[in-house]
Amino acid sequence: MHIQVNGESRQVHEEMNVTDLLRDLQLNVERVAVEVNLEILDRRDFDAKTLQEGDRIEILSFIGGG
Amino acid sequence: MNDDRLTIAGREFRSRLWVGTGKYKDFVETKKAIETSGADVVTVAVRRVNVTDRNSENLLDYLDPKQYTILPNTAGCYTVEDAVRYARLARAAGVSDLVKLEVIGDERTLFPDTAGLIEAARILIKEGFVVLPYTNDDPIVAQKLVDIGCPAVMPLAAPIGSGLGIRNPYNLKIILETVNVPVIVDAGVGTASDAALAMEYGADAVLMNTAIAGAKEPIAMAEAMKYAVEAGRLAYKAGRIPRKLYATASSPIEGML
Repeated sequence: MHIQVNGESRQVHEEMNVTDLLRDLQLNVERVAVEVNLEILDRRDFDAKTLQEGDRIEILSFIGGG
Repeated sequence: MNDDRLTIAGREFRSRLWVGTGKYKDFVETKKAIETSGADVVTVAVRRVNVTDRNSENLLDYLDPKQYTILPNTAGCYTVEDAVRYARLARAAGVSDLVKLEVIGDERTLFPDTAGLIEAARILIKEGFVVLPYTNDDPIVAQKLVDIGCPAVMPLAAPIGSGLGIRNPYNLKIILETVNVPVIVDAGVGTASDAALAMEYGADAVLMNTAIAGAKEPIAMAEAMKYAVEAGRLAYKAGRIPRKLYATASSPIEGML
């Protein structure tokens, strides 16, 4: 199925949850915030959140700023 | 200076110099400058991660959140909705409830939209955030922010990144006299004397980024700023002499030939 991650289309397998996606992207679960279809997820819900076709996912973290 | 700690919302801070982490050439320089500055509060921005470059490093690999208080900002947000969204994302990224709240009103000046700032602060405070608002040098707005529950206010010295120094010392002095929370002078510092002056006026801390990161030698400037803030604080506590129009001799007349 197709999902949007940070504005880019991505092909992922069915039944994938947020933890799986972060692992695929080699991102540290402790260092990111995840929004699915404009809803911010609690980190404790990453496992339970199964992704659906067409989901729009934003993954953010801290960068240098003032 | 060790017992001269700054307390905000129950959190104690050792250093009165707070620093940003933007505009450095790399994370190694960022880390070195921040270590040299002695700061224990560092600001960060919240942005999309690079999902295509899997080797991209994370800022927090260089700045241990156990060692530093990470203060996420809402820089780049021009609406209440965006600022609130970024603050929530920052909290979800899991460091703390602290947020340096910015609602920007204009691209050229980056001056705060103070009406939006108050509205966003109200929403976030209700959600349990510790809101440290980047505000104008306006005493009325500063007091309103305190009234709605901000545990500190962060008035600007001058536009962000401008290096102009304190443009309105009299308003800043009024803010320092009127609000009963810590005042952190944020943005516009150009060099060490600007930071020292803010502290001499009685500011509780100074927050800067470009003044250090944009200097020819950022590490050296970080050290200069550390001393400037300490010197300014000491001078404030020591109490300066009054200004007088005419001279007062330092050497006695008595005993002269």
